Amino acid sequence: MRQGAVRALRRGVAAAVVVALVLAPWTVDDYTVALLARTLALGLVAVSVALLTGVAGLPTLGQTAPYAAGAYASAVVGSHLSDVGLAHLGIAAAAGAALAAVTVPLVVSARGVVLLMITLAVGELAVTVVGRWRSVTGGTDGLAGVPAIRPLWGLPVLATDRARYLYTLVVVAVLVGVVLLVLRTRVGLLLRAGRDDEARLRASGHRVPVHVAGVHVAAGAVAGAAGSLLVVAQQFVSPADFGFDTSALLLLGVVIGGTASVGGALVGAALVVAARDWLFGVLPGQAPLVLGLAFVAAVYLLPDGGRRPPVRGRLLPAVPARRPVPDRPTPTGVRA
Amino acid sequence: MTPLLSAHGITVRYGSLAALDGVDLRIEAGQRHALIGPNGAGKTTLLDVLAGSTRAGSGRVLLAGRDVTRLGPAARSRRGVGRIHQRPAVWSTLTVRENVLVAALPRAVRPGRWHPSARRRAAGRTADALLARVGLGEIAALPAGQLAHGQRRQVEIAMGLAGRPRLLLLDEPAAGLSAVEVGWLGEFLRTLPRAVAVLLVEHRLDLVYALCDTVTVLRDGRTLATGTPAQIRASGPVREAYAEGVA
Repeated sequence: MRQGAVRALRRGVAAAVVVALVLAPWTVDDYTVALLARTLALGLVAVSVALLTGVAGLPTLGQTAPYAAGAYASAVVGSHLSDVGLAHLGIAAAAGAALAAVTVPLVVSARGVVLLMITLAVGELAVTVVGRWRSVTGGTDGLAGVPAIRPLWGLPVLATDRARYLYTLVVVAVLVGVVLLVLRTRVGLLLRAGRDDEARLRASGHRVPVHVAGVHVAAGAVAGAAGSLLVVAQQFVSPADFGFDTSALLLLGVVIGGTASVGGALVGAALVVAARDWLFGVLPGQAPLVLGLAFVAAVYLLPDGGRRPPVRGRLLPAVPARRPVPDRPTPTGVRA
Repeated sequence: MTPLLSAHGITVRYGSLAALDGVDLRIEAGQRHALIGPNGAGKTTLLDVLAGSTRAGSGRVLLAGRDVTRLGPAARSRRGVGRIHQRPAVWSTLTVRENVLVAALPRAVRPGRWHPSARRRAAGRTADALLARVGLGEIAALPAGQLAHGQRRQVEIAMGLAGRPRLLLLDEPAAGLSAVEVGWLGEFLRTLPRAVAVLLVEHRLDLVYALCDTVTVLRDGRTLATGTPAQIRASGPVREAYAEGVA
């Protein structure tokens, strides 16, 4: 009964959020609309972080790398080749997936804090590369003036913040829907099983390295697509969009939202971005410190986030064991 | 005749300590073989080596005549080596049915046609049948993390069988079970089809003698004796070494 009420409440809140997001362009100013579009892009990266950290139990601070790869690929394509959003998305997702695939040998056998450090290094290396590869990325100045896109061939160019926001909203909704659908298949089962007990999964005959590589590449594609949305939203990209603070914000958002929850990742990322922007005004220069403290507090005070499961390698404190089903007779007559 | 599994000269060292020192083992198809010995004898280490989760320093493992020494646990499982762990290993956030279904996936038989969900459906049917067999059908939708020890053991046995093993490695399956549960376990193992050979590591010698036709005794990483339960009971060196337990 209580579970049913919680589920109904959760669905009600989700429906209200969706309605608010759809109506937002007609109820808030253009600046806020543009900010919401960027937040949605960041929320999609958070989904990729949740996919790795929460669903698969592979904590990461490196999703800014495929995010950056997707953003720059989209910006370069937009500036020189095509103004079609679908092409941008495809190329950005491919760039994110390709970068993730390149890093697979580094991450496939690492777990826990070691994995976190490797992914942090990958993220920082990506920022360094885009900062120095001036001929392609514009270096630390970034790429400005990326032309507005048209969603598909034959459709008008998205000339307003409202149009770009709605495009971003639709793409995020579709991609999150795809992620949720895939997680309902055996892929989701295998990822959760690997998170719970990887050795048992091996002992059952599953090729765990293939699963780990697959989820890294898939999460890279999602983050790459998010990079494309970032470029659509702000028509500009620079290394500042992919620094460590972004990685930390993403992980904080995912922890707050409940690492295993895709929707929670979106909400958590939005909350963290909103808090950061508010803190910039209230405590100038201190926002990273406050967010760092918030991260520590979230890990220790909200161990369940929304519904946080254990992480491979015990990065975070273990979830307290639930009480076993008490002395329940089974049909064989065996009592546990 | 080629044995189902044979291990030759298995040696595992942890620093200067030899956990296993040149152990040989031979298991025929359908055989019920027990591995007994005091704590620290190397029984679990030998199971780990046979399952592929521990790499032997030297020696060879053959499965149906094929050398699998260099294969990991996943590859050996797909070749028909199932494993039940000393501490029941289940996926706690998955339901009971999902646990068995995931264990069944690698060797699920797809009936005739290719379809993305055909394997999952086949694994689901296997899971339902096995859960009914171990008596957990009514709690199939419960998260495995909510189960008590005995029920987890039942789930893991179903998981072990879901991979359609030719050889089932059981590491102290009776540990932590009540007398009633041990009775159920013994009866269940007794009714396993002869297509499944069993290598049982167990301290409960009543269970070992009731189930197994061959017993190997390990001590300090070496094979002390191999024979029928009656021979082991009568063996002088074994009686000397395990006067309290084996006789």
